[in-house]
Amino acid sequence: MEAVIIGVGLHPFGRFGGKSAMDMAADAVRAALGDAGVGWPQVQAGFVGSLEVYNPDAIVDRLGLTGVPLRGVFNGCATAGTAVAMAARAIETGEHDLTIAIGMDKHPRGAFAADPSVAGLPAWYGQTGMYLTTHFFGMKINRYMHDHGITHQTLAQVAAKNFRNASANENAWRRTPLSVEQILASPVLNYPLRQFMYCGPDEGAGAVVLCRADQAHRYAGRPIRVRACALRSRRIGAFEVQSPSVPVGEQAPSPTVDASREAYEIAGIGPQDVAVAQLQDTDVGSEIIHLAENGLCKDGEQERMIADGETEIGGRLPVNTDGGLIGNGEPIGASGLRQIHELVRQLRGSAGPRQVPGEPAVGYAHLYGAPGVSAVTILST
Amino acid sequence: MTGSRQIPVAEGLFTWPADEPRLIGARCAACGLVGFPAGPACERCGGTEVRQTLLSDRGTLWTFTTQDFRPPSPPYDGADTAETFQPYALGYVELPGEVMVEARLTESDPARLAIGQPMRLAIVPYTVRADGTEVLTFAFAPVGESTADVAKES
Repeated sequence: MEAVIIGVGLHPFGRFGGKSAMDMAADAVRAALGDAGVGWPQVQAGFVGSLEVYNPDAIVDRLGLTGVPLRGVFNGCATAGTAVAMAARAIETGEHDLTIAIGMDKHPRGAFAADPSVAGLPAWYGQTGMYLTTHFFGMKINRYMHDHGITHQTLAQVAAKNFRNASANENAWRRTPLSVEQILASPVLNYPLRQFMYCGPDEGAGAVVLCRADQAHRYAGRPIRVRACALRSRRIGAFEVQSPSVPVGEQAPSPTVDASREAYEIAGIGPQDVAVAQLQDTDVGSEIIHLAENGLCKDGEQERMIADGETEIGGRLPVNTDGGLIGNGEPIGASGLRQIHELVRQLRGSAGPRQVPGEPAVGYAHLYGAPGVSAVTILST
Repeated sequence: MTGSRQIPVAEGLFTWPADEPRLIGARCAACGLVGFPAGPACERCGGTEVRQTLLSDRGTLWTFTTQDFRPPSPPYDGADTAETFQPYALGYVELPGEVMVEARLTESDPARLAIGQPMRLAIVPYTVRADGTEVLTFAFAPVGESTADVAKES
């Protein structure tokens, strides 16, 4: 039985003082239930993810202690991909009729800092200043620019687009548009990436309510079909984040490529059918590379595509229409649910000032993060 | 003696003291894959019979970036502060036929680094402890660069 999304809810992303991640998530769940027109007691199972909250399943005391099975999930930046996939799978297998995916986080300011042991890495890797995921993003786009002729100007154009899209999004964190010149004048953090070319960790929450396709008519929200969910981890030979070494002589593509191919195959949908995409833009380089890794263009084609405005709202393939991670920041457990929230609004035609014209029918969501894991979700009307 | 004591940041990472220090990798007895640092299992086949192998001290720069702000502490344990922090560069250096290793680079100016350039292993101090002990780590230097900053066996 196919799973459909009947409700989405989002707590805005940004900084919210003393408000807890759990309280933000409860707001997001209430919004998603309201969108679907269902009550919490109707939820038969759920999957909840967070980095900072040890027991995100404790959210039940804010929603009602119904005894619902609520399972914790975590896959780094791809956590929400797993939450949605498991919630959809529980319906596809016939185990449940109505499920929910929830994500929440509230990160301290600044670059993520942790002991390398949490990722199975030796202490010296952190002591000597090598355990920063941002290094990987700088190094991957630096090599990609060298191999495929991407310019610094194009990096800045991607950031400018995402800030511009965020400025039309009431839920976004960074809503002040920035010019290409302002972005190129910001300080380098990890060459060639500058301050305004990165997303920042922040706070927020999201929730998605799903049900059996044949029961969707009972609920309020216009159903959006879940066509595919795929998650893949790195293969030997892939150039991946947090890798003290990489083999030579055998190259493998990023797990993004593997997850993307699998998702297209499951969905029976090709890259040419994608009308709107949400791609992991931890930094501008990631968005550029992920366009190719998700099959949405060839390597190097991005230079022309971005110059021609093809990834803008109104372009051939709008990308990160709500501002992406650069405009919204990244509360890790919730980030992918923000993507789903935006795609559902786009496919329903209710994205307001950010609406992609032409009644988009296929939406594509992609996540990537440590330790080399990627999740892809394909939705359609 | 140079007057300052030097210790490696970790044992088993590189040979030290040594006239020509080398990184210590591991070769899988089952499939032959070379990994770094030497770990308990092979990344390709999961084999647990691995033998230590000294890696080449020459390679080429595959890619690089810079670290322009002080990394969060912990885990970073440099003795510097946000004000005194000196940016450094990092890269992946391909050791032909062996493995590509991630390392700090002795040259921090991206304008003086180029993908494909030859590099050579250097053991360098990256911080000084309160008692004056210099803590050494491995890095790669562009070939031809002065090695005056490179730590010598005392």
